[in-house]
Amino acid sequence: MTLPLDQEALAAIRLTFELASLTTVLLLLIATPLAWWLSQTSSRWSAPVGALVSLPLVLPPSVLGFYLLVAMGPHGPLGQLTQALGWGLLSFTFSGLLIGSVIFSLPFAVQPIQHAFEAIGTRPLEVAATLRASPLDTFFSVALPLARPGLLTAAILSFSHTVGEFGVVLMIGGNIPGYTRVVSTQIYGHVEAMEYAQAHWLAGGMLVFSFLVLLGLSLLKRRSGRVLP
Amino acid sequence: MSRFLTLILAGLALISQASAAEVKVAVAANFSAPMQRIAQAFEQQTGHKAVLSFGGTGSFHAQIRNGAPFQVLLAADDETPLKLEAEGLGVPGSRFTYATGRLVLWSRQPGLVDDKGEVLRSGRFQRLAIANPKLAPYGAAAVETLTRLGLLAELQPRIVQGDNIGQTYQFVASENAQLGFVALSQVYADGRISQGSGWIVPASLHQPIRQDALLLKAGQGNPAASALLIFLKGEKARAVIRSYGYEI
Repeated sequence: MTLPLDQEALAAIRLTFELASLTTVLLLLIATPLAWWLSQTSSRWSAPVGALVSLPLVLPPSVLGFYLLVAMGPHGPLGQLTQALGWGLLSFTFSGLLIGSVIFSLPFAVQPIQHAFEAIGTRPLEVAATLRASPLDTFFSVALPLARPGLLTAAILSFSHTVGEFGVVLMIGGNIPGYTRVVSTQIYGHVEAMEYAQAHWLAGGMLVFSFLVLLGLSLLKRRSGRVLP
Repeated sequence: MSRFLTLILAGLALISQASAAEVKVAVAANFSAPMQRIAQAFEQQTGHKAVLSFGGTGSFHAQIRNGAPFQVLLAADDETPLKLEAEGLGVPGSRFTYATGRLVLWSRQPGLVDDKGEVLRSGRFQRLAIANPKLAPYGAAAVETLTRLGLLAELQPRIVQGDNIGQTYQFVASENAQLGFVALSQVYADGRISQGSGWIVPASLHQPIRQDALLLKAGQGNPAASALLIFLKGEKARAVIRSYGYEI
Protein backbone atom coordinates (compact mmCIF):
# COMPACT_ATOMS: atom_id res chain seq x y z
CA MET A 1 0.00 0.00 0.00
CA THR A 2 1.25 3.44 -0.86
CA LEU A 3 1.34 6.25 1.61
CA PRO A 4 -2.00 8.08 1.41
CA LEU A 5 -0.32 11.46 1.67
CA ASP A 6 2.55 12.02 -0.74
CA GLN A 7 5.34 14.60 -0.55
CA GLU A 8 3.27 17.21 -2.34
CA ALA A 9 0.37 16.79 0.05
CA LEU A 10 2.64 17.08 3.07
CA ALA A 11 4.23 20.23 1.63
CA ALA A 12 0.76 21.68 1.09
CA ILE A 13 -0.28 20.87 4.65
CA ARG A 14 2.89 22.44 6.08
CA LEU A 15 2.43 25.54 3.96
CA THR A 16 -1.22 25.84 4.96
CA PHE A 17 -0.35 25.77 8.65
CA GLU A 18 2.47 28.29 8.19
CA LEU A 19 0.13 30.60 6.34
CA ALA A 20 -2.67 30.20 8.89
CA SER A 21 -0.34 30.73 11.88
CA LEU A 22 1.30 33.86 10.47
CA THR A 23 -2.08 35.23 9.38
CA THR A 24 -3.44 34.70 12.88
CA VAL A 25 -0.50 36.49 14.54
CA LEU A 26 -0.72 39.41 12.14
CA LEU A 27 -4.47 39.60 12.48
CA LEU A 28 -4.38 39.73 16.28
CA LEU A 29 -1.84 42.56 16.08
CA ILE A 30 -3.93 44.50 13.57
CA ALA A 31 -7.42 43.62 14.77
CA THR A 32 -6.98 44.30 18.50
CA PRO A 33 -6.29 48.06 18.26
CA LEU A 34 -8.81 48.35 15.44
CA ALA A 35 -11.50 46.57 17.46
CA TRP A 36 -10.66 48.72 20.52
CA TRP A 37 -11.07 51.89 18.52
CA LEU A 38 -14.33 50.66 16.98
CA SER A 39 -15.69 49.74 20.40
CA GLN A 40 -14.76 53.05 22.09
CA THR A 41 -15.06 55.72 19.43
CA SER A 42 -18.03 57.92 18.69
CA SER A 43 -16.33 59.21 15.55
CA ARG A 44 -18.45 59.50 12.44
CA TRP A 45 -15.81 57.37 10.72
CA SER A 46 -16.62 54.32 12.83
CA ALA A 47 -19.57 53.25 10.67
CA PRO A 48 -17.71 53.35 7.33
CA VAL A 49 -14.62 51.72 8.88
CA GLY A 50 -16.77 49.01 10.42
CA ALA A 51 -18.43 48.38 7.07
CA LEU A 52 -15.06 48.27 5.32
CA VAL A 53 -13.75 45.72 7.82
CA SER A 54 -16.83 43.54 7.27
CA LEU A 55 -16.67 43.65 3.47
CA PRO A 56 -14.79 40.34 3.09
CA LEU A 57 -17.74 38.61 4.79
CA VAL A 58 -20.02 39.34 1.87
CA LEU A 59 -17.69 39.82 -1.11
CA PRO A 60 -17.09 36.72 -3.20
CA PRO A 61 -13.43 35.62 -3.11
CA SER A 62 -13.31 36.13 -6.85
CA VAL A 63 -13.80 39.87 -6.34
CA LEU A 64 -11.09 40.04 -3.69
CA GLY A 65 -8.78 37.83 -5.74
CA PHE A 66 -9.30 39.85 -8.88
CA TYR A 67 -8.65 43.20 -7.19
CA LEU A 68 -5.66 41.83 -5.32
CA LEU A 69 -4.21 40.57 -8.59
CA VAL A 70 -4.74 43.98 -10.17
CA ALA A 71 -3.45 45.85 -7.11
CA MET A 72 -0.34 43.68 -6.83
CA GLY A 73 0.43 43.91 -10.54
CA PRO A 74 3.14 46.27 -11.82
CA HIS A 75 0.58 49.02 -12.50
CA GLY A 76 -1.43 48.56 -9.32
CA PRO A 77 -0.87 50.72 -6.21
CA LEU A 78 0.49 47.84 -4.14
CA GLY A 79 2.69 46.62 -6.97
CA GLN A 80 4.17 50.07 -7.51
CA LEU A 81 4.88 50.40 -3.80
CA THR A 82 6.58 47.00 -3.51
CA GLN A 83 8.59 47.64 -6.66
CA ALA A 84 9.70 51.03 -5.36
CA LEU A 85 10.81 49.33 -2.15
CA GLY A 86 12.77 46.82 -4.21
CA TRP A 87 10.68 43.82 -3.15
CA GLY A 88 9.45 43.00 -6.63
CA LEU A 89 5.88 41.87 -7.17
CA LEU A 90 3.88 40.11 -4.46
CA SER A 91 1.64 38.03 -6.70
CA PHE A 92 2.54 34.32 -6.72
CA THR A 93 4.55 34.70 -3.49
CA PHE A 94 3.94 33.57 0.07
CA SER A 95 3.90 37.22 1.21
CA GLY A 96 1.21 37.95 -1.34
CA LEU A 97 -0.91 35.09 0.00
CA LEU A 98 -0.32 36.36 3.52
CA ILE A 99 -1.64 39.82 2.63
CA GLY A 100 -4.61 38.26 0.88
CA SER A 101 -5.37 36.05 3.88
CA VAL A 102 -5.15 38.92 6.36
CA ILE A 103 -7.62 40.97 4.34
CA PHE A 104 -9.85 37.99 3.73
CA SER A 105 -10.07 37.00 7.42
CA LEU A 106 -10.07 40.50 8.92
CA PRO A 107 -13.76 40.50 9.98
CA PHE A 108 -13.32 37.09 11.64
CA ALA A 109 -10.71 38.63 13.91
CA VAL A 110 -12.14 42.13 14.45
CA GLN A 111 -15.73 41.24 15.23
CA PRO A 112 -15.24 38.83 18.18
CA ILE A 113 -12.68 41.15 19.76
CA GLN A 114 -14.88 44.18 19.25
CA HIS A 115 -17.85 42.39 20.83
CA ALA A 116 -15.69 41.35 23.77
CA PHE A 117 -14.53 44.94 24.31
CA GLU A 118 -18.11 46.19 24.07
CA ALA A 119 -19.29 43.58 26.57
CA ILE A 120 -16.93 44.97 29.21
CA GLY A 121 -19.01 48.14 29.40
CA THR A 122 -17.79 51.50 30.62
CA ARG A 123 -17.77 50.77 34.35
CA PRO A 124 -14.52 48.78 34.75
CA LEU A 125 -12.75 51.37 32.59
CA GLU A 126 -14.12 54.25 34.65
CA VAL A 127 -13.09 52.53 37.85
CA ALA A 128 -9.60 52.11 36.46
CA ALA A 129 -9.52 55.78 35.51
CA THR A 130 -10.52 56.86 39.04
CA LEU A 131 -7.63 54.76 40.30
CA ARG A 132 -5.43 56.95 38.09
CA ALA A 133 -4.63 54.28 35.55
CA SER A 134 -3.48 55.81 32.28
CA PRO A 135 -5.58 54.90 29.20
CA LEU A 136 -2.76 52.65 27.99
CA ASP A 137 -2.53 50.99 31.40
CA THR A 138 -6.29 50.52 31.47
CA PHE A 139 -6.19 48.90 28.07
CA PHE A 140 -3.45 46.43 28.95
CA SER A 141 -4.37 45.57 32.53
CA VAL A 142 -8.16 45.82 32.41
CA ALA A 143 -9.63 45.67 28.90
CA LEU A 144 -7.32 43.11 27.33
CA PRO A 145 -7.59 40.48 30.11
CA LEU A 146 -11.37 40.86 30.24
CA ALA A 147 -11.57 40.43 26.46
CA ARG A 148 -9.58 37.21 26.52
CA PRO A 149 -12.42 34.93 25.31
CA GLY A 150 -12.96 37.26 22.35
CA LEU A 151 -9.26 37.20 21.51
CA LEU A 152 -9.25 33.41 21.65
CA THR A 153 -12.32 33.16 19.43
CA ALA A 154 -10.72 35.60 16.99
CA ALA A 155 -7.52 33.56 16.87
CA ILE A 156 -9.33 30.27 16.28
CA LEU A 157 -11.63 31.72 13.63
CA SER A 158 -8.78 33.49 11.81
CA PHE A 159 -6.71 30.33 11.78
CA SER A 160 -9.45 28.02 10.57
CA HIS A 161 -10.83 30.51 8.09
CA THR A 162 -7.36 30.85 6.54
CA VAL A 163 -7.04 27.08 6.37
CA GLY A 164 -10.36 27.04 4.53
CA GLU A 165 -9.45 29.84 2.15
CA PHE A 166 -9.63 28.88 -1.50
CA GLY A 167 -10.77 31.39 -4.08
CA VAL A 168 -8.28 34.12 -3.28
CA VAL A 169 -5.36 31.67 -3.25
CA LEU A 170 -6.47 30.21 -6.55
CA MET A 171 -6.54 33.64 -8.14
CA ILE A 172 -3.28 35.14 -6.85
CA GLY A 173 -1.25 32.05 -5.95
CA GLY A 174 -0.16 30.52 -9.25
CA ASN A 175 -0.17 27.01 -7.78
CA ILE A 176 3.56 26.82 -6.92
CA PRO A 177 4.41 23.74 -4.82
CA GLY A 178 5.92 24.73 -1.48
CA TYR A 179 5.11 28.43 -1.88
CA THR A 180 1.51 28.99 -2.85
CA ARG A 181 -0.07 25.56 -3.21
CA VAL A 182 -2.13 25.10 -0.04
CA VAL A 183 -4.36 22.20 0.94
CA SER A 184 -7.56 23.64 -0.51
CA THR A 185 -6.01 24.29 -3.95
CA GLN A 186 -4.25 20.92 -3.83
CA ILE A 187 -7.62 19.22 -3.29
CA TYR A 188 -9.12 21.22 -6.14
CA GLY A 189 -6.27 20.13 -8.43
CA HIS A 190 -6.77 16.48 -7.50
CA VAL A 191 -10.52 16.67 -8.08
CA GLU A 192 -10.10 18.41 -11.43
CA ALA A 193 -7.54 15.80 -12.50
CA MET A 194 -9.91 13.08 -11.26
CA GLU A 195 -7.38 11.80 -8.72
CA TYR A 196 -10.21 11.14 -6.32
CA ALA A 197 -8.23 8.88 -3.95
CA GLN A 198 -5.72 11.62 -3.10
CA ALA A 199 -8.53 14.17 -2.95
CA HIS A 200 -10.41 12.04 -0.43
CA TRP A 201 -7.52 11.85 2.01
CA LEU A 202 -6.98 15.59 2.07
CA ALA A 203 -10.65 16.53 1.90
CA GLY A 204 -11.57 14.09 4.64
CA GLY A 205 -8.77 15.43 6.81
CA MET A 206 -9.99 18.97 6.24
CA LEU A 207 -13.53 18.00 7.19
CA VAL A 208 -12.42 16.40 10.45
CA PHE A 209 -10.12 19.33 11.25
CA SER A 210 -12.84 21.93 10.66
CA PHE A 211 -15.36 20.00 12.72
CA LEU A 212 -12.95 19.66 15.62
CA VAL A 213 -12.14 23.38 15.53
CA LEU A 214 -15.79 24.38 15.64
CA LEU A 215 -16.53 21.80 18.31
CA GLY A 216 -13.67 23.14 20.42
CA LEU A 217 -14.93 26.67 19.88
CA SER A 218 -18.44 25.93 21.08
CA LEU A 219 -17.16 23.99 24.10
CA LEU A 220 -14.93 26.93 24.88
CA LYS A 221 -17.82 29.35 24.57
CA ARG A 222 -19.95 27.28 26.91
CA ARG A 223 -17.21 27.17 29.52
CA SER A 224 -16.31 30.85 29.33
CA GLY A 225 -20.04 31.61 29.45
CA ARG A 226 -20.18 29.91 32.82
CA VAL A 227 -17.15 31.76 34.16
CA LEU A 228 -18.04 35.21 32.91
CA PRO A 229 -21.18 37.01 34.06
CA MET B 1 -55.29 47.91 -26.02
CA SER B 2 -51.58 48.28 -25.51
CA ARG B 3 -51.71 45.73 -22.70
CA PHE B 4 -53.39 43.30 -25.08
CA LEU B 5 -50.58 43.84 -27.60
CA THR B 6 -47.95 43.23 -24.94
CA LEU B 7 -49.65 39.96 -24.05
CA ILE B 8 -49.63 38.84 -27.66
CA LEU B 9 -45.99 39.77 -28.04
CA ALA B 10 -45.08 37.91 -24.86
CA GLY B 11 -46.98 34.90 -26.10
CA LEU B 12 -45.20 35.04 -29.45
CA ALA B 13 -41.85 35.25 -27.72
CA LEU B 14 -42.70 32.14 -25.71
CA ILE B 15 -43.75 30.25 -28.80
CA SER B 16 -40.61 31.13 -30.73
CA GLN B 17 -38.53 30.09 -27.75
CA ALA B 18 -40.29 26.76 -27.63
CA SER B 19 -39.71 25.98 -31.29
CA ALA B 20 -36.05 26.99 -31.25
CA ALA B 21 -34.02 24.49 -29.27
CA GLU B 22 -31.22 25.25 -26.90
CA VAL B 23 -27.87 23.49 -26.64
CA LYS B 24 -25.51 23.60 -23.66
CA VAL B 25 -21.93 23.73 -24.83
CA ALA B 26 -18.76 23.21 -22.79
CA VAL B 27 -16.12 25.30 -24.53
CA ALA B 28 -12.37 25.07 -23.91
CA ALA B 29 -11.17 28.39 -22.49
CA ASN B 30 -8.83 29.05 -25.45
CA PHE B 31 -11.79 28.92 -27.83
CA SER B 32 -14.02 31.36 -25.96
CA ALA B 33 -13.54 34.41 -28.19
CA PRO B 34 -14.15 32.66 -31.55
CA MET B 35 -16.98 30.59 -30.10
CA GLN B 36 -18.89 33.66 -28.96
CA ARG B 37 -18.84 34.95 -32.52
CA ILE B 38 -19.72 31.56 -33.96
CA ALA B 39 -22.61 31.16 -31.52
CA GLN B 40 -23.97 34.53 -32.59
CA ALA B 41 -23.86 33.58 -36.27
CA PHE B 42 -25.33 30.18 -35.41
CA GLU B 43 -28.27 31.77 -33.61
CA GLN B 44 -28.90 34.17 -36.47
CA GLN B 45 -28.82 31.44 -39.07
CA THR B 46 -30.70 28.63 -37.31
CA GLY B 47 -32.74 30.30 -34.57
CA HIS B 48 -31.31 27.81 -32.08
CA LYS B 49 -29.58 29.09 -29.02
CA ALA B 50 -26.13 27.96 -27.86
CA VAL B 51 -25.53 28.40 -24.13
CA LEU B 52 -21.78 28.55 -23.62
CA SER B 53 -19.73 27.58 -20.56
CA PHE B 54 -16.00 28.24 -20.64
CA GLY B 55 -13.39 26.33 -18.68
CA GLY B 56 -10.49 23.93 -18.66
CA THR B 57 -10.89 20.74 -20.65
CA GLY B 58 -9.75 18.58 -17.72
CA SER B 59 -12.33 20.22 -15.50
CA PHE B 60 -15.06 19.64 -18.05
CA HIS B 61 -14.07 15.99 -18.29
CA ALA B 62 -14.50 15.56 -14.54
CA GLN B 63 -17.76 17.49 -14.55
CA ILE B 64 -19.26 15.52 -17.45
CA ARG B 65 -18.30 12.23 -15.79
CA ASN B 66 -20.14 13.45 -12.73
CA GLY B 67 -23.32 14.27 -14.54
CA ALA B 68 -22.88 17.84 -15.82
CA PRO B 69 -25.69 18.55 -18.29
CA PHE B 70 -23.46 19.59 -21.23
CA GLN B 71 -24.61 18.42 -24.63
CA VAL B 72 -21.63 19.33 -26.78
CA LEU B 73 -17.98 19.48 -25.78
CA LEU B 74 -15.48 21.61 -27.66
CA ALA B 75 -12.30 20.33 -26.08
CA ALA B 76 -8.79 21.74 -26.20
CA ASP B 77 -7.38 18.33 -27.10
CA ASP B 78 -8.30 15.14 -28.90
CA GLU B 79 -7.71 12.81 -25.94
CA THR B 80 -10.57 13.95 -23.71
CA PRO B 81 -13.31 13.46 -26.34
CA LEU B 82 -11.79 10.06 -27.14
CA LYS B 83 -11.87 9.09 -23.46
CA LEU B 84 -15.43 10.33 -23.01
CA GLU B 85 -16.51 8.31 -26.01
CA ALA B 86 -14.80 5.23 -24.60
CA GLU B 87 -16.50 5.84 -21.26
CA GLY B 88 -19.87 5.76 -23.02
CA LEU B 89 -20.56 9.45 -22.42
CA GLY B 90 -20.18 10.56 -26.04
CA VAL B 91 -22.11 9.62 -29.14
CA PRO B 92 -19.88 7.26 -31.20
CA GLY B 93 -18.82 8.64 -34.55
CA SER B 94 -19.62 12.26 -33.68
CA ARG B 95 -16.01 13.25 -32.94
CA PHE B 96 -14.15 15.58 -35.31
CA THR B 97 -11.32 18.11 -35.19
CA TYR B 98 -12.77 21.59 -35.32
CA ALA B 99 -9.47 23.45 -34.94
CA THR B 100 -5.77 22.90 -34.43
CA GLY B 101 -4.42 25.28 -31.87
CA ARG B 102 -1.09 27.10 -31.78
CA LEU B 103 0.90 27.93 -28.70
CA VAL B 104 2.47 31.36 -28.29
CA LEU B 105 5.00 32.72 -25.83
CA TRP B 106 3.49 36.08 -25.10
CA SER B 107 4.22 39.22 -23.10
CA ARG B 108 2.23 42.38 -22.62
CA GLN B 109 5.48 44.36 -23.01
CA PRO B 110 6.32 45.25 -26.60
CA GLY B 111 9.78 44.03 -27.60
CA LEU B 112 10.32 41.65 -24.68
CA VAL B 113 9.68 38.48 -26.66
CA ASP B 114 11.83 38.08 -29.78
CA ASP B 115 10.76 35.99 -32.76
CA LYS B 116 12.93 33.04 -31.76
CA GLY B 117 11.94 32.79 -28.11
CA GLU B 118 15.51 33.56 -26.99
CA VAL B 119 14.05 35.60 -24.14
CA LEU B 120 13.54 32.30 -22.31
CA ARG B 121 17.33 31.98 -22.05
CA SER B 122 17.94 35.63 -21.21
CA GLY B 123 16.63 35.58 -17.65
CA ARG B 124 15.04 38.99 -18.26
CA PHE B 125 11.82 37.97 -16.56
CA GLN B 126 10.70 36.86 -13.13
CA ARG B 127 7.63 34.77 -13.78
CA LEU B 128 6.63 32.51 -16.62
CA ALA B 129 2.95 31.57 -16.61
CA ILE B 130 1.73 28.30 -18.05
CA ALA B 131 -1.59 26.48 -17.76
CA ASN B 132 -1.71 23.52 -15.38
CA PRO B 133 -0.22 20.74 -17.55
CA LYS B 134 -2.29 18.09 -15.79
CA LEU B 135 -5.54 19.81 -16.73
CA ALA B 136 -4.93 21.92 -19.82
CA PRO B 137 -3.55 20.74 -23.18
CA TYR B 138 -1.90 24.12 -23.77
CA GLY B 139 -0.12 23.65 -20.46
CA ALA B 140 1.06 20.21 -21.48
CA ALA B 141 2.28 21.65 -24.81
CA ALA B 142 4.15 24.38 -22.92
CA VAL B 143 5.92 21.84 -20.72
CA GLU B 144 6.75 19.75 -23.79
CA THR B 145 8.20 22.81 -25.52
CA LEU B 146 10.32 23.74 -22.50
CA THR B 147 11.53 20.15 -22.27
CA ARG B 148 12.52 20.09 -25.94
CA LEU B 149 14.38 23.36 -25.48
CA GLY B 150 16.14 21.84 -22.46
CA LEU B 151 14.90 24.69 -20.26
CA LEU B 152 12.31 23.04 -18.03
CA ALA B 153 14.55 22.32 -15.03
CA GLU B 154 16.21 25.72 -15.21
CA LEU B 155 12.96 27.66 -15.47
CA GLN B 156 10.92 25.54 -13.04
CA PRO B 157 11.35 28.00 -10.12
CA ARG B 158 9.92 30.81 -12.24
CA ILE B 159 6.87 28.93 -13.46
CA VAL B 160 3.44 29.84 -12.15
CA GLN B 161 0.38 27.85 -13.13
CA GLY B 162 -3.04 29.04 -14.11
CA ASP B 163 -5.97 26.75 -13.56
CA ASN B 164 -6.77 26.88 -17.25
CA ILE B 165 -5.52 28.85 -20.24
CA GLY B 166 -7.98 31.66 -19.48
CA GLN B 167 -6.47 32.28 -16.06
CA THR B 168 -2.97 31.93 -17.49
CA TYR B 169 -3.77 34.69 -19.97
CA GLN B 170 -5.08 36.81 -17.09
CA PHE B 171 -1.76 36.42 -15.22
CA VAL B 172 0.18 37.68 -18.24
CA ALA B 173 -2.35 40.32 -19.29
CA SER B 174 -2.27 41.85 -15.79
CA GLU B 175 1.56 41.66 -16.01
CA ASN B 176 1.83 39.79 -12.75
CA ALA B 177 3.77 37.37 -14.94
CA GLN B 178 5.99 39.03 -17.53
CA LEU B 179 5.84 36.04 -19.86
CA GLY B 180 3.45 33.21 -20.47
CA PHE B 181 2.60 30.38 -22.82
CA VAL B 182 -0.96 31.08 -23.93
CA ALA B 183 -3.14 30.11 -26.84
CA LEU B 184 -2.48 32.11 -30.00
CA SER B 185 -6.24 32.64 -30.30
CA GLN B 186 -6.19 34.72 -27.12
CA VAL B 187 -3.80 37.34 -28.46
CA TYR B 188 -4.40 37.15 -32.19
CA ALA B 189 -6.58 39.38 -34.31
CA ASP B 190 -6.59 40.34 -37.99
CA GLY B 191 -3.65 38.13 -38.86
CA ARG B 192 -1.21 39.31 -36.21
CA ILE B 193 -0.53 39.42 -32.49
CA SER B 194 -2.64 42.38 -31.49
CA GLN B 195 -0.59 43.76 -28.59
CA GLY B 196 2.63 43.22 -26.68
CA SER B 197 5.15 40.84 -28.16
CA GLY B 198 5.03 37.14 -28.91
CA TRP B 199 6.79 34.13 -30.35
CA ILE B 200 4.54 31.66 -32.10
CA VAL B 201 6.03 28.37 -30.96
CA PRO B 202 6.97 26.19 -33.96
CA ALA B 203 4.56 23.27 -34.28
CA SER B 204 7.57 20.94 -34.29
CA LEU B 205 8.29 21.62 -30.60
CA HIS B 206 5.17 19.95 -29.27
CA GLN B 207 2.47 17.46 -30.24
CA PRO B 208 -0.13 19.18 -32.40
CA ILE B 209 -2.93 20.64 -30.28
CA ARG B 210 -5.79 19.00 -32.12
CA GLN B 211 -9.01 20.27 -30.65
CA ASP B 212 -11.89 17.86 -31.06
CA ALA B 213 -15.61 18.35 -30.73
CA LEU B 214 -17.89 15.66 -29.40
CA LEU B 215 -21.64 15.22 -29.21
CA LEU B 216 -22.34 14.08 -25.68
CA LYS B 217 -24.98 11.53 -24.73
CA ALA B 218 -27.03 14.28 -23.07
CA GLY B 219 -27.25 16.03 -26.46
CA GLN B 220 -28.36 13.04 -28.48
CA GLY B 221 -31.61 13.83 -30.22
CA ASN B 222 -31.36 17.56 -29.54
CA PRO B 223 -31.76 19.27 -32.94
CA ALA B 224 -29.78 22.30 -31.76
CA ALA B 225 -26.80 20.13 -30.79
CA SER B 226 -26.53 18.41 -34.16
CA ALA B 227 -27.15 21.70 -35.95
CA LEU B 228 -24.29 23.31 -34.03
CA LEU B 229 -21.86 20.54 -34.96
CA ILE B 230 -22.84 20.89 -38.63
CA PHE B 231 -22.48 24.64 -38.38
CA LEU B 232 -18.98 24.26 -36.89
CA LYS B 233 -17.88 22.28 -39.96
CA GLY B 234 -19.23 24.94 -42.31
CA GLU B 235 -17.19 27.58 -44.08
CA LYS B 236 -18.68 30.47 -42.11
CA ALA B 237 -17.49 29.05 -38.78
CA ARG B 238 -14.15 27.98 -40.23
CA ALA B 239 -13.44 31.50 -41.43
CA VAL B 240 -13.96 32.76 -37.89
CA ILE B 241 -11.79 29.96 -36.47
CA ARG B 242 -8.94 30.74 -38.88
CA SER B 243 -9.13 34.44 -38.15
CA TYR B 244 -8.07 33.65 -34.57
CA GLY B 245 -4.89 31.91 -35.67
CA TYR B 246 -6.09 28.31 -35.58
CA GLU B 247 -5.35 25.95 -38.40
CA ILE B 248 -8.17 23.94 -39.90
